[in-house]
Amino acid sequence: MATMPANSPHLRLSDSGKLVERHWNELAAKRRSYTLLSVAILLVATFGSLWFANETNAGKFFDRLPYFFDFLGDMAPRDAMEPVRALFDLPSPYDDGSFKYNYPEGRLYLTQSIYIPEYFHKMLETINIAILSTLFGFALGFPLCFLAARNLTRNSWIRVPVRRVMEVLRAFPEVVIAGFFLAVLSIGAIPAIIAVSIHTVGALGKLFFEVVENADMKPDEGLTAVGGNWIERVWFGTVPQVMPNFLSYALLRLEINVRASTIIGAVGGGGIGELLRLSIGQNHPAKTIAIVFLLLLTIIAVDQFSAWLRRRLVGDRAFELTA
Amino acid sequence: MPTTMPTPLPTLAPARPMMNAAERDAVALRHAVLLEHASQRSWRPLIIAVTVVAYCIFSWWMFNVGDTLRRANWGIAGTYLADWVSYEVRPEFDIARDGAMTLTYPRFSPLGDNPDPDWLTVEKRTMTRTIGAEPTAGNAASTATKPSIGFMGAGALMGDKAAAPQAAPQTVTKEVLSRAEVRYNGSTRIEVTPDVVIAEHGGETLTMRLDHQTGTVEAEGALPEWATQKRPGEKITLAFGATGWAEVAGNDVSIRNRFFGWANFLFDTQSPFFDKSAAEVFALITSAPRIDPAQSNLSLAWSNILYNSEWQHLDVWTKLLQTIVMAFIGTLFASLIAFPLCFVAARNITGSRVANQLTKRFFDFLRSVDMLIWALFFTRAFGPGPLAGMSAIFFTDTGTLGKLYSEALENIDDKQREGVKSVGAPEITVKRFGILPQVLPVFASQALYFWESNTRSATIIGAVGAGGIGLKLWEAMRTNSDWENVAYMVLLILGVVFLFDTVSNALRSRLIGSRGH
Repeated sequence: MATMPANSPHLRLSDSGKLVERHWNELAAKRRSYTLLSVAILLVATFGSLWFANETNAGKFFDRLPYFFDFLGDMAPRDAMEPVRALFDLPSPYDDGSFKYNYPEGRLYLTQSIYIPEYFHKMLETINIAILSTLFGFALGFPLCFLAARNLTRNSWIRVPVRRVMEVLRAFPEVVIAGFFLAVLSIGAIPAIIAVSIHTVGALGKLFFEVVENADMKPDEGLTAVGGNWIERVWFGTVPQVMPNFLSYALLRLEINVRASTIIGAVGGGGIGELLRLSIGQNHPAKTIAIVFLLLLTIIAVDQFSAWLRRRLVGDRAFELTA
Repeated sequence: MPTTMPTPLPTLAPARPMMNAAERDAVALRHAVLLEHASQRSWRPLIIAVTVVAYCIFSWWMFNVGDTLRRANWGIAGTYLADWVSYEVRPEFDIARDGAMTLTYPRFSPLGDNPDPDWLTVEKRTMTRTIGAEPTAGNAASTATKPSIGFMGAGALMGDKAAAPQAAPQTVTKEVLSRAEVRYNGSTRIEVTPDVVIAEHGGETLTMRLDHQTGTVEAEGALPEWATQKRPGEKITLAFGATGWAEVAGNDVSIRNRFFGWANFLFDTQSPFFDKSAAEVFALITSAPRIDPAQSNLSLAWSNILYNSEWQHLDVWTKLLQTIVMAFIGTLFASLIAFPLCFVAARNITGSRVANQLTKRFFDFLRSVDMLIWALFFTRAFGPGPLAGMSAIFFTDTGTLGKLYSEALENIDDKQREGVKSVGAPEITVKRFGILPQVLPVFASQALYFWESNTRSATIIGAVGAGGIGLKLWEAMRTNSDWENVAYMVLLILGVVFLFDTVSNALRSRLIGSRGH
C-alpha cells in the first residue's frame, strides 16, 4: 500500500485535490439527476400517452386484442386462386351477379382482346401521380433552393422568406390541399398531384439548399472573377457539382411519393389507395390480398430501382434520413 | 500534321501542358472516341428534356387535365379560400305578393338568435294584410319561386291547400318593413324597398324593379360589370368582391355580407357571454352574480369556450393531442424494438448470416408494407382511434429505424471494440463500452428526426380513420362549409410541426453536433 500511494483510494488529498474531487462528485450527481429526471419524464409521457390513446380510441386495446387474430382470419380468401383472379380480373366461379365478384368488369381494354387489369391500371395511375409530382417538385424546388442557400444568396430579405415559404409548403398537411382541390376539381388524380407536388417542393427545396450550402465555392469564385452574373455563376459553378446529389434526392423523394400518393388516394385522390380502402372496408379478402401484394411488389421494385440508380449517381452514400 | 507536334517548351513553361487549337484538332482526329463521348454528353440534357415534356403531355392526356380544369368550379374556389379567414352574414328579405317585406336570418347565423347589426337599418310601417284569401299569401310567394316536385314538397302543398278553404280570409294588421339599407362598406350599399332595389358599388348605381306577381326583376339601364343576369327577368347577382355579394329576385333579396376574421371563436351564439366585449366578459367573470348557479362564471366561460359548438375547441385539441401521441409512441416503441434487433441485423456484430438476412428482410417487409396499409388494417382491428395510428407508425418505423440503425452499426469504428476486448471484457461489456457510445447519439438523432416527421404523417393517416386530427380535418372539409375550421386546425398543425421541428433540431444538434440534418 505504501509503495503504491498513487493508486490508493485512501490517499489523503491536498486541498486542491479535495476541491477537484468535490466538483467531480457534484458533476456526477447532477448528471445522474438529469438522467433520472429525463427517464422519469419519458416514462410519465409514455404511460400518459398510452392511457390517453387507449381512452380516446373507439375500441380498447385489451378488449380488442383477442379479436385481433379473428380479424386476420377474416382476411382468408375463399380459395387460394381467388386473389389471383382479383389481381388479373379473371372471372370468378363464385360470381353471383353481385358487385362482390365482378372482377372482369374493372378491365381496361386496350384492343378487342388485350386488357389491363383494374389494379394494375390503378397502380400505374398512382405511380404516375408520384412521378409527376416529383417532376413538378423538382422543377420548382430547383430554382428556389439557390435563393435559399446562404452562400449564393447573401440578401437575407430574399433568403429568409424563401426558406419560410418552403417550410410552410413542407409542413402544410397534404390532406387539406387534396381536400381543397377535390372540392374545386371534383374526384380525380389532379388534386393528389397538386397536393403531393406542393409538399415535394418544400421537402426537396430544403434538401437541395443544404446540398448547395455544402458545395465547393471555388468554381463560383472563378466565375465571379471573370465577371459572370448570378445566373451564370449558379448554372456553371454550382449546378454541375450538386446535380448528382439533387437527382439522388429526387429519386429518394420518388420512393416517398409513391407511398404518399397511395395514402392521398385513400382519402379520395384516386389510384390504388382508394381501392385498397374500399376493399378493406367491404371486408373483401381476395381483393385486399391482391392489392396489398401488388402494392408491396411495386414499392419494393421502386425502392430497388431508385437505390440502384442512386448508387450509380452518387456512389455508396446513404441518403436515407430524408422522409 | 507532324509539323505541329508539341515542341518541348523552355524550362520556364508552366507545369500544366498547353496546346493550341490546331493541336487540339489533331488530337481529336486521332482519338475521335474522346470527343464523341463529349458530344453524346451534350445531347443528354436535351434528350432528358424531350422525354420529360413528352411524359408531361402523355400525363396531360391520361389524367384528362384540360377537361378537368375546364370543368372546375373556380368561382367556388375563391369563396372557399375566402371562408378560411372570413365569414358571411346572410340576411334575407322576403317580399310577398302584396308587397309585405320581412327580414329573416338563417338558423345558426353567426350573429345569434336576435341579430341587429349596425350595418343594416330598417324602417317599419304597419300594413293591413289579408291572409287566407289566396292560399297563404306569405307561403305562396316563397313556394312559387321554387316549385316543389319531391313527394315531401307535394305533400306540404296539399296540406296547405287542404287547410286553406277552412281558414276564412282574415284581415290582420302587421308591422312590415318599408325600407331597408345594407351598407357593405364605404362605397357599396344596397337599398331595399318592396318595389325597387338600388345597389351602389364603386361609384355606379343600379336600380332594379321587382315584380312580386310574376317574380321577375328588371334592371333600369345597362348592367354594370359587377352585376350579372342570365336571362331577362331572372335573378340578378351582384358581386362586390371581397366584401360580399347579393342576389336580387322578384320575391326575395339575399344579402351576403362578408366580414374578415373568425366568427364567435370563443363563445358561440348560445353562450351567455356571446357578443360581449372583452371588458364585459372580464367584468362578468370577476364581479357579476353567477349566471349558472351551479358553477362560477369563470368555469362557465371556460366550458362555453371548450364546448363552442362551431369551433369545438376541446375536440380539436383532443384530436391534435392524439396525433402528437401517435407520433410520439409510434416512434418511441419503434426505436425501442429496432434497437435490439439492429444488433442482430448488423453483419459486423452478429456472425450468423442467416440471422442478419432474416432480420434485414423483416425490416424491409415492415417498411414496404406501407403505413397506409398498416393503418387500414389496424383501424379494422382496433377500431378508429389513435391506437390504430400509433401501431401503424410503430410497424413502419420499426422497419425504417431498424434498417438505419443496422447501417449505422455496420459503419462503426472497430478500434474501440478491439480496445475494450483486448483488456478481457466480456461480450456484453464490449457492446456497452465499445459500440454504444459511437452509435447512441446517431440512434437518438434519427429517432428524433422521425418523431418530427411522423407528426406530419400521423395527420394524413388519421384521415383514413387511424385517429387524430386527420379525420376531423377531413370531415370539416367534406361539408365544404367549414373552411374556417380547417384553417384553424391547419394553423394548429403547422404550429405543432414547427415546434417539434425546432425542438428536434435543437436536441439533435446537441446530440451529434451541427452536422446532423
